[in-house]
Amino acid sequence: MTTAAAQTPDETRTRDKAPGVGSGGRGDRRPWTPSQILLTLLATAVSVVFLAPLVWALFTSLKSETEAVEVPTHWLPKEWTTQAWSAIFETGNITNWFVNSVVVSVCVTFVVLTVSALAGYGFARTEFRGKKALLGLVMTGLMVSPAVLGVPLFTTVQQMGMVDTYWGMILPQCAPAAMVYILYKFFQGIPHELEEAAFIDGAGRWRVFFTIVLPLSRPSLAAVGIFTFIASWNNFLWPYMVTNNPDLMTMPNGIATVMNSYGIQWAQLMAGGLMAGLPLIIVFVFFQRQIVAGVAHTGLAGQ
Amino acid sequence: MTTTSAQTGAQTVITPARTRAAADTVTVRRKQGFQHGGWFVAPFLALFALFVIWPLLRGLYLSFTDANISGDATSFIGLDNYREALDDPLVWESLGHSAYFTLLVVPCITVLAFLLAMLAHHIERGKWLWRLCFFAPFLLPSTVAANLWQWLFNPGTGMVNHVLGIETAWLTDKSYAMLAVVICTLWWTVGFSFLLYLAALQGIPAHLYEAAKLDGANAWHRMVHITLPMLRNITGLVLALQILASLQVFDQAVVMMDFLPGPEGSTRTFVQYTLEEGFTSYRVGYASAISIIFFVIIAAVALARMWLLRNREEGGR
Repeated sequence: MTTAAAQTPDETRTRDKAPGVGSGGRGDRRPWTPSQILLTLLATAVSVVFLAPLVWALFTSLKSETEAVEVPTHWLPKEWTTQAWSAIFETGNITNWFVNSVVVSVCVTFVVLTVSALAGYGFARTEFRGKKALLGLVMTGLMVSPAVLGVPLFTTVQQMGMVDTYWGMILPQCAPAAMVYILYKFFQGIPHELEEAAFIDGAGRWRVFFTIVLPLSRPSLAAVGIFTFIASWNNFLWPYMVTNNPDLMTMPNGIATVMNSYGIQWAQLMAGGLMAGLPLIIVFVFFQRQIVAGVAHTGLAGQ
Repeated sequence: MTTTSAQTGAQTVITPARTRAAADTVTVRRKQGFQHGGWFVAPFLALFALFVIWPLLRGLYLSFTDANISGDATSFIGLDNYREALDDPLVWESLGHSAYFTLLVVPCITVLAFLLAMLAHHIERGKWLWRLCFFAPFLLPSTVAANLWQWLFNPGTGMVNHVLGIETAWLTDKSYAMLAVVICTLWWTVGFSFLLYLAALQGIPAHLYEAAKLDGANAWHRMVHITLPMLRNITGLVLALQILASLQVFDQAVVMMDFLPGPEGSTRTFVQYTLEEGFTSYRVGYASAISIIFFVIIAAVALARMWLLRNREEGGR
């Protein structure tokens, strides 16, 4: 199943089309059969439903606060204004939150990639006492999340004196059993011969890991990295629990708590929301293939 | 880099004289690996022990005490917290809300994701565009999705009522509040399951369909006899992931309801209740007890899935 996910949809498409279509790729003209017309109309209708809320958010953010709550409501702003956008930059801590989000997500992604690649390899290829038991423990970890054990996790972090700190926000997100499990499964699939050949050459475990195993695992690592970044960028629950300090908040957290707290200013709230959501959507437009493969790969590895 | 080192390795093996010695080296190396293999897992295990295992054990310990948030002197009260939890109507009510949410979300998401994937898979033009449209909401933070739908469901100024020409009090009527949370969740998360289905559809070998076509099977037969059976595994996965995630629902519900439990407490989820007890009532011991109960429920669901999978695999053989 993992292989199915690794092969990106675009590859499959070109392969399916290959015979008889010529090398046109995107440029090839296929006839509009009735069923294709129907499907396209259907897809367009569904897409409109999916995108309408986002478009609505954008239009709201370009209205003045008074126009936003005007009844009857209307789609397009009568008077286009970037008031809400400039307001969130001038009055709020939104730039702070943005930087915090970047710092936290980048750190989490980096640490998760490092520790889970090492651990995945350790579990897949090395022998040490108690490995089986530890692997069982990791499987237990799959069922623990801040949602399940929020309060005890908070008191633990409190004991360590990490409430309201970057560390407190970052480290608890850095022990994802799921990612270790995914990479463990992947490393198990790498042929032993590749490593043994290098051992014969006199390379040690670490060298084999860095020069042979890691380069081979680039797609899996990318998948884990992308997925971790998305999850961490969007994480609300843990930052919400661990900090009340508006200077330390991340985007989802700051928008939901501070901007919601005294009389919601809808135009500003929508502008802030778009600012939190758009970076990933823009990145997605450019790296669609990798992200789709990454999400599908990490998801499918759960089987 | 990889290929070069791998190739040099392979060339060495070809020399017969060195093969024996080489084999010994491998054994030696393996023994060395035995000794420092643990170092590979050490960094992860350290984090894992601190932030997963320790909180779990600590939660278990706290659940037998009357601890509060400030960490004042606590005393051991045995099973009292658990006894109280079983008699606490809010435990059952909030658990019921989470279960109700799960019951609504899981089937809808699974069917919707499948249909969207079929659509995107069979359409020949603009695949990337459909994929972008269906998946984009998943890239938003949960709180942003929730705020957005709070705004859409807003009575008076909300677009939902305006477009449908109705006047439903989505967020303040207790019979609609959870439904509003469900609709927001569907829109926000269906993209993830959609991608899983899409990847699975693309993994079905084309020759199966070609063979069926030669045998005269029509589109409906091909779907019932090839597509659906081939998607059985992925459906199991989607169901399991969705059930586990839905039981843990929190973000959307609290944000849409302004951090309150909704009209007449109708959107108070189980996670929300544990946090209320822990952080609002400062009853850490009691909150830990109900968290442990929740952990047992989640673990039971996860183990049930593993058990089902194993049974099916054995049955298959």
